[in-house]
Amino acid sequence: MWKVFFMRNIIKITVPLDIKEIVNLRAGDFVNITGNIYAARDAAHKRFFELIEKGKKLPIELKGQIIFYAGPTPTKPGHSCGSVGPTTSYRMDPYTPELLERGLKGMIGKGLRSKEVMKSIKKNKAIYFVAIGGAAALIAESIKKSEVVAYKDLGAEAVFRFYVKDFPAIVVIDSTGNNLYETEPLKYMK
Amino acid sequence: MREIKANQITDKIKELFLKANFCINPDLMQRLEKALKEESSTIGKYVLQMIIENNKIASREEMPICQDTGLAVVFVDVGQEVHLVGGDFAKAVNRGVKEAYKEGYLRKSVVDDPVFERKNTKTNTPAIIYTDIVPGDKIKFMIMAKGFGSENMSAIAMLKPADGEKGIVDFVVETVKKAGPNPCPPTIIGVGIGGTIGKAMVIAKKAIIRKIGQSNKNSKYATLEKEILTKINNLGIGPAGLGGNITSLAVHIDYLPTHIAGIPVAVNVCCHADRHNEGII
Repeated sequence: MWKVFFMRNIIKITVPLDIKEIVNLRAGDFVNITGNIYAARDAAHKRFFELIEKGKKLPIELKGQIIFYAGPTPTKPGHSCGSVGPTTSYRMDPYTPELLERGLKGMIGKGLRSKEVMKSIKKNKAIYFVAIGGAAALIAESIKKSEVVAYKDLGAEAVFRFYVKDFPAIVVIDSTGNNLYETEPLKYMK
Repeated sequence: MREIKANQITDKIKELFLKANFCINPDLMQRLEKALKEESSTIGKYVLQMIIENNKIASREEMPICQDTGLAVVFVDVGQEVHLVGGDFAKAVNRGVKEAYKEGYLRKSVVDDPVFERKNTKTNTPAIIYTDIVPGDKIKFMIMAKGFGSENMSAIAMLKPADGEKGIVDFVVETVKKAGPNPCPPTIIGVGIGGTIGKAMVIAKKAIIRKIGQSNKNSKYATLEKEILTKINNLGIGPAGLGGNITSLAVHIDYLPTHIAGIPVAVNVCCHADRHNEGII
């Protein structure tokens, strides 16, 4: 396994996320996530908002949960999930602050977030994790169970519940607003 | 005149897309291993190790390298002595794509209407097909499964002749800088210079499928490639955008004659999962 090559402390965390756990995590921490997480991307977020605008209930409980911005490949026979890595997060930015206000605590994606999202992460004491884009076959190995919980008609864009064990991610924006995307590249800029 | 049957095209396209989605080409794997040695950031090294391991798992398990199995892009050189029988060319290509994406459990990521319905076609078709008529009696296919995380970060500029080399370098580097972590670095940067606004982007895209790090045959352009790559890697973006000295693995420039009044410059960004393949019938 790839893990043996890398000798850096990996923090194990579980979902639902505990506030005490969240405030201790810092940008740059390597984590392994265990528990149920939800995969939802562009089209599912759009539908969440249509429900919110109508004052209706969302198909998933948000409190303490993690949304993984992803749409997997179809599951091959004999596998628990298809390949699945993060999609670029900024497309979900317009929807994110509202979901954080409603209790969402973690997001797994890749790439930059808007100022509004950064502010909302700090305000709501949430966490933005980054998973490695394009490492979808490796990430799939941590997904032990996969089921569609809403919007089956959206295919890969449906809402999935994944039971994950030691899902590899990095804390990029922590609950105090530290952002690894801002701090780390500066060290290597020439 | 040589007869080629439409179903030969379908079979070839299917074979190429299946392989491209599961197996990263050896030249890119070697470049990633080299990048791991060159990278000085700890996080950057971790990211590169994950990418390399991911590619090994994907090829061993026949799992897609990335869940974004891409829009199917097909460059075709059709020999002018080829006579196609038994079907329609574009249909034969699209059938090959459809079969590959179904049988390989690849994600179908195409929507029929870009603005209004955005309904998934459920076959990952239509493919984007670029055809060139060339001498000979063969058909050569060069295919890409092009992910959109990186496609979304691509850009084009119509520079003034006075902007010259410096204008080109600045525009390409600025495009990569703006993209930051979004296109899944370390990236491969295809640059198309000249032609028209449309043609510049086509050759930029085609430049991505060149063997990794193979320089342009024109030494002036080869020097320009090196200069741009150095400047990009000095940005510090690094693997996954989490800091480091490997932001791009290669810069490939292609160029064409253009009008006296301009320099079209197109930048097509490709993620580290540069999935492409070629085959001849």
